[in-house]
Amino acid sequence: MKLHSLSAHQILELYKEKKTSPEEVLKDVVMRIESVEPKIHAYAHVNTHPKAMEGSLAIPIAMKDNMCRKGEEVTCSSKILKGFKAPYDATVVAKIKQSGGIILGSANMDEFAFGSSTESSCYGPTFNPWNLSCVPGGSSGGSAASVAADEAIWSLGSDTGGSIRQPASFCGIVGLKPTYGRVSRYGLIAFASSLDQIGPLTKDVTDCALLMNVIAGYDDRDSTSVNEPVPDYTKALVNDVHGLKIGVPKEAFVEGLDPEVRASVQAAIDELKKLGAIIKEVSLPHTPYAVATYYIIATAEASSNLARFDGIRFGLRESPSKLRKNTLIDLYEETRANGFGDEAKRRIMLGTYVLSSGYYDAYYLSGQKVRTLIKQDLDEAFKECDVILTPTAPTTAFKVGEKVSDPLAMYLSDIYTIPANLAGIPSISIPCGFSKAGLPIGLQLMGKAFDEEMLLRVCYTYEQNTPWHTKKPNL
Amino acid sequence: MSISKKDVEYIAALSRIHVPEDKLEGVAKNLSDIVGYVEQLQQLNLKDVKPTSHAVPLSNALRLDVVKPSFSNAEALSIAPEAKDGCFKVPLVIE
Repeated sequence: MKLHSLSAHQILELYKEKKTSPEEVLKDVVMRIESVEPKIHAYAHVNTHPKAMEGSLAIPIAMKDNMCRKGEEVTCSSKILKGFKAPYDATVVAKIKQSGGIILGSANMDEFAFGSSTESSCYGPTFNPWNLSCVPGGSSGGSAASVAADEAIWSLGSDTGGSIRQPASFCGIVGLKPTYGRVSRYGLIAFASSLDQIGPLTKDVTDCALLMNVIAGYDDRDSTSVNEPVPDYTKALVNDVHGLKIGVPKEAFVEGLDPEVRASVQAAIDELKKLGAIIKEVSLPHTPYAVATYYIIATAEASSNLARFDGIRFGLRESPSKLRKNTLIDLYEETRANGFGDEAKRRIMLGTYVLSSGYYDAYYLSGQKVRTLIKQDLDEAFKECDVILTPTAPTTAFKVGEKVSDPLAMYLSDIYTIPANLAGIPSISIPCGFSKAGLPIGLQLMGKAFDEEMLLRVCYTYEQNTPWHTKKPNL
Repeated sequence: MSISKKDVEYIAALSRIHVPEDKLEGVAKNLSDIVGYVEQLQQLNLKDVKPTSHAVPLSNALRLDVVKPSFSNAEALSIAPEAKDGCFKVPLVIE
C-alpha cells in the first residue's frame, strides 16, 4: 500500500485497526521524499533522522521555513538567516510535537514570505507537482507542493496576503487561513504583524479540521492571540448546505480572470446551488483597491519587522574585509545588502518610503483608511450571507520565470485573497476543477470572524459531492 | 509620482541597505512602478474615514508581572555572529 498517498484521517483509521504504525508511515514518506524531491524541491531542509513519536496524531508534517524549532535551522529561505538555529519552539511547533506529529523538515518559501511563486527563496524555486515547468504558488509553495506530491501527509504554512490559499489553489489541495488571532504566532518569524496568520495545508477538508484542532487556541505569549473558545472542528464536517446563503461578489468576475477559472468557479456555484445553498449577489465595491492597500500596509510593517536582521545578535554578519569603513552603520548596510534578496530589499525600501516623513499621510494613512472601507464592505455583505465565494486566484499556476522581472504583475495574483487578511476573517481554498492543460483550479470561501466551522461545512459538502480532491499528479 | 535615484539613496540610507551606484536606476524604476500603482487610493474620498491598524478589536494585552524562566546569557550569545565577555560584539560606535 502506498501510505504516502493517503490523507491523515485515512492513516489514523489504519492506526486504529492496527494495520500500520507511525514507523511504517514515516519510512514510506521518507522514501517518497527521496524519490520525488529532486524534481519538486519542496523542502528547504529535510530532517535527516525524523523520529516517530508517541501521540494521538502521529502524522508526518512539513513546516514552513519560518516557524522556529528548537535547535533546528530556520531561515525564512533567506541568506541572512542561513545557519540560524532557533533557540526555542514556536507554539504551533510545540503543539504539533505534543500531538505526536513527526516533523519531516522545513518547507521552501519565498524569502521572508515575500512573493507568490516561491521563486525568491535563497535555495532556488519549488516546482509545481502538476507541471514541473510551473510555479507552485507562494509564499507557502513548499508547504503546498510537499502535500500535493505526497512528500508530507499535511503541512503548515503562513498567510499574509494569500500565501496559504494561492499555493493550495495552484497545487490542487485545501488551504485555510484562520481568523486573525485564532492561531498563536509565537515563534513565527514576522512579515506583517497585523495580517500574518498560520494555517493548515491538507489533502482534504477533514484533514483541515483535524489539523485546526491541534493548532487553534489562545496563547498568552502572542499578544494578538484572541481568547475565544475553540470548537471541535471535526463537528463542522456536515454534508449539508441546505438553506445556507452564499454571497458571490459581482466584482469577482472581472477583467483579467482566466476564462477556464471563471468556468470552473461558476460550475462550483451551480453545484452548491444544486446541493441546496442559496446564491446571492453581493457587492464589495472597494476590493479593486485591496492590492494597493495591501502593498502599503504589508511593506510598512515588514520594513519595521525586518529591522531586526542587522548582523548583531543572530544570522549573517558581513565580514570586516568586505566593509567600506569598519563602522556600525556600514556593518548594518553591507550585511543587509548582501543578506537580503532583491524582493526583500524592494519591500523594505517601499515600506520605509510609505512611512517616511512627508509621505506617511499620503500612503500609509490612506492605506489604513481604505482598509477600513474594505472591512466595512465585507461586514455589510455578511449581513446577507453566511460565506462569500470567489476564485482563489485569477489564473492557474504560471510558468517559472514568467513574472520574476515584473513585481507588480506578481502582486496582482493575490487580488482575491488579500481582502480576508485586511479584514482579519477566515478564508479557505479548495480544489474545484482543472484547466485543459491539467492544472488545478481553486475556489475561495471567506467567512465571518471565528466562523471557520461554516467554511469547513460548505467545503466538506462540496468536496463530498465532487471528485477533485481524489486526483493526484503523475510523478 | 516617480522616485528618483536621489530618493532611492535617501530611502536606502533610512533602510540601512547599501545600494550600489549602478543599481540605483533599476531600483528607482521598480519602486516608481509600484508607487504609481498604489497611488490609485488617492481617487477615493477618505476625509471622514477612520484608519484601521488591526482587524480584530484588541485592547492592551496585559499579563501578571511575575518572573518566568528565560534564555541564559550563554544561550542568547550562542547564536551571535560575534560575542565577547558575555556581550554581543560590534564595531567601534564612537570614535
